[in-house]
Amino acid sequence: MSASEKSVQYTKKELPANVSKFGIALLAIGLVIIVIGYLTEPTRSAFNNIILLMFLTSIGLGSLFLVAIEYVGGAVWSTPFRRMPEFLSSLVVVLPLIAIPLLFHLHDIFHWMHPEAVETDNILQGKAPYLNTNFFIIRVFAFFIIWFVFYKLLTRNSKLQDNTSDQHLTTKNIRISAIFMPFFAITITFTAIDWMMSLEPHWFSTIYGVYYFSGSVLAALAASTFIIVWLNERGYLVEGIISDHYYSLGALLFAFTNFWAYIAFSQFLLIYYANLPEETFWFLQRWEGNWLIMSLVLIVVHFIVPYFGLLSQPSKMNPKRLMFMSVWILFAHIVDLYWLVMPTFSRDGIILGWVELGYPLAAFGILILVFVQKSKKENLIPIGDPKLKRGLDFRL
Amino acid sequence: MAEKILYSYTGLFDTPDEIIHAAKKVADEGYTKFDVNTPYPIHGMNNAMKLKPSKLGYVALVFGLTGAFMATMLMYWMMAIDYPIVIGGKPFFAFPAFIPVIFEVTVLSASVATVLTMLFVFFKFPNNSHPLHGTEYMKQVSSDKYGISIQADDPIYETDKVKALFKELGGKNISPVYYDNEEINAKHKIFEPKFVGLLIVAALLVSGTTYIVLNKLMFMTPFSWMMEQDKAIPQEINTFFADSLGMRNPVEGTIARGFIPYLYKGEPELAAANLVNPLLPTKEVMAQGKKNYDTFCSPCHGYFAEGDSRLRGQFPNPPSLHSQKAREWSDGMLFHIITEGQNVMPSYASQMTRQERWATVLYIHALQRAFNAKETDLK
Repeated sequence: MSASEKSVQYTKKELPANVSKFGIALLAIGLVIIVIGYLTEPTRSAFNNIILLMFLTSIGLGSLFLVAIEYVGGAVWSTPFRRMPEFLSSLVVVLPLIAIPLLFHLHDIFHWMHPEAVETDNILQGKAPYLNTNFFIIRVFAFFIIWFVFYKLLTRNSKLQDNTSDQHLTTKNIRISAIFMPFFAITITFTAIDWMMSLEPHWFSTIYGVYYFSGSVLAALAASTFIIVWLNERGYLVEGIISDHYYSLGALLFAFTNFWAYIAFSQFLLIYYANLPEETFWFLQRWEGNWLIMSLVLIVVHFIVPYFGLLSQPSKMNPKRLMFMSVWILFAHIVDLYWLVMPTFSRDGIILGWVELGYPLAAFGILILVFVQKSKKENLIPIGDPKLKRGLDFRL
Repeated sequence: MAEKILYSYTGLFDTPDEIIHAAKKVADEGYTKFDVNTPYPIHGMNNAMKLKPSKLGYVALVFGLTGAFMATMLMYWMMAIDYPIVIGGKPFFAFPAFIPVIFEVTVLSASVATVLTMLFVFFKFPNNSHPLHGTEYMKQVSSDKYGISIQADDPIYETDKVKALFKELGGKNISPVYYDNEEINAKHKIFEPKFVGLLIVAALLVSGTTYIVLNKLMFMTPFSWMMEQDKAIPQEINTFFADSLGMRNPVEGTIARGFIPYLYKGEPELAAANLVNPLLPTKEVMAQGKKNYDTFCSPCHGYFAEGDSRLRGQFPNPPSLHSQKAREWSDGMLFHIITEGQNVMPSYASQMTRQERWATVLYIHALQRAFNAKETDLK
C-alpha cells in the first residue's frame, strides 16, 4: 500500500486552554468542599477520601498496567495511543498527597486500630500480625515507592525513544514490564485489602483483590479511551487512528465490564451459597434498608447499561457512544467504590450530600490537570516507537 | 463428459498489500460477485471487499436468548414446581444459584447454534463441492499466493475487461475456471456406506469404552479406591462400632428438636380415648387422604376398604373395614393402628407423616359412611 510507505507525520499541538481551566475549576470547587468537609465532619470526609484515593489509584495503577501489558504482550494496535495511559499513570506520583490527610484519621476509619477493641477480640488478635498500624503505614508507602519506581522506569525509556528511536529501549521496557507484573498483582491486591476490606476487619473474601483489579483496569481503560477518542476526533493525534482502533478499545471495555460482573457475581454466589454468618453479614449490610437500592443501582450502572451500550459492533466504533460509555464507566467505578466503602461509615442507610459530591469533582479535576501537565511537556504520540507504524496500519 | 461452463476468471498476487489493493480496486469497479482467497486471514479485507457485516451475530443473539429463557424455565419448573426440595435452606427458586447454569446454557446454545447455522445455512452443508475445488488456482492460494476470482455471473462481467483489470493490477496466472454442472449440483446421499461405517465404528468405540470403564476399569486398583472408603454405608457391616451397625440410634433419653415421640406405644385403648384428629375434612385433606389410602392401604384393603386385596392369596386377607367393629372405632384408634400396625399389618409410621395418617383416617371414615349411608345422607 502506498499510504504505509510514508513515515508517520506528527506535529505537536497544544491542548486548548479551556481544558486546563475546566480542570482547575473542578479541582478548586472540590478542594473547597474537601476542606470544609474536613473541618465540619472529619470522619465522613476521611471515608470519602478513601474513595478518592482508591479511584485515582485505580486509574493510575490500572494505566501503568495497560502500558506494561502492551509491552509484555507485544501488542501493536495500541502503540499509537500508548501515551494516554502513560500520562494517566503519572497519577501514582500524586497518590501520596491524597493519602496524607487520611493518615491523620486512621484511628477514626479502622476498627482494628483500636487497641481496646483488639484486646477483647480473638479474631482481631489473630489478624494483628498483619493488621497493625506500623505495618500498615510501611505497606502503604512501600507500595507508593514501588509504583513510582516502575512508573519512572517505563515512561523514561518511552520518552527517550522519541528522540533516539532506539529499538533496544522497547526490549528494556518489555523486561521491566515483565518484572512489574508480579509486583502489580501483589500490590493491588494488598492495597484493596488494606484500604477497603480491612474497614470490616472481621470479614474476608479471597477474591476481593481481583474484584478491585477488574474495576481498576476497567476505569483506567475508560479514562484512556475517553481521552484517545476526544483528542483523535479533534485532530490532536496522528492520522491513521480509525474505527478499527476504536473497536478494539470498545471491545476491551466490553470485556472488562463482563469480567467485573463475573468476579462480582463469583464473590456474591459463593458467600450466598455457603451461607456462613461470618461472611454473609457484609452483603446483608448492603441488602438492608436503602442500601439495597444502592446495590441494585450498582448492578444496573456498572453492568447492565455498559453491557447493552457496548454490545453491538457499530456501538464500539461510534466515537460519541464510546466517549459517553467511558464517562459512564468512570462514574460507575465511583459508585462501586462508594458501595464498597460507605456502608461501614453509615450503617443505617445511604448517605449522600455535598461532601460526597466534592470528592468526585476533585478526582476529575486532578485527572484533567495531571493529563494536561504531562501533555505540555511530552509528545502525544510515541513517535520513536518501532511499532508505531504497524500500529497505525492495524486493521480488524 | 458434460459441457464445461465458465465459473470465473482468476488472478494471483504475491503480497498481502497487493491483494488488499487489488480487492479494493475490484470492489470500486462495481463487481459484487467476486471472492478473495488467501492462505491465511488478512486484516482489513472486509472493508477492502466492501462486505456487509455478517448476519451470524444475530443468530448467536437469538439462540443465546432462547437458551437463557429455556434454562430459566427448566429450572423454575424442576426446582420450584415439579419436585421442590429445600437445598441448603435456600428458596425453591434460588435465582443466584441458577445464574451459572443459565450462563452455561446460553453460551452452549448460542455457540452450537451458530456453528450449525454457519455450516448448514451459510456453507450449504452437506454439499461440499465448489467450482474452485481441485483447480490449479486453489493449489496456489492455499500455499503462498493471494488470489482474486471474479465470477462470470456478475452483472457487469465481461471477460476482456476482467482480464485487462487483472493485468492493470499486476496479477499473474490470469486464467479461467470452468465447472461441470452435473458435478456441482450432484446430490450427495447422506447414508453413504463410508459414512454408515463411520457411525458403526463410532458406536462400537463409544459403547466399548463405556463398558470397559464402568464394568472393568472401576474395579481395578487404584480406581477402585473410590469405592473402598472408611465410611458408614447402609446395609454393610461396620467394624467401627461394637454392634456392627453403621446407623446410630439417638442418645438414650433424648428426642429430636421440634419432634414429640408417639406417646401411646402398645396402648391402643389410651390412644383411642385420648387422640383427637387435628384435621378438618376439607377438600385438600380428603384428596391427600385418598392419595395415601390408594398408595399404602388399598393393596390389601382394596380401593373401597372391602378387604378385597389385590394380593389375594399371598397374604391372609384383611377384614373389611365396613364391619360394625371397625365403623365404631374412633379416629385415635385408626391412627394408632396405622402407626403401630395390627396382627399381620405392619407399621406405616415411616411411610406416612402424622398429618398424612390423620388425613387417611378421615378418608377411611368417608369410605365407611359411603357404604353404610344414613337415610339423611341420601336426601
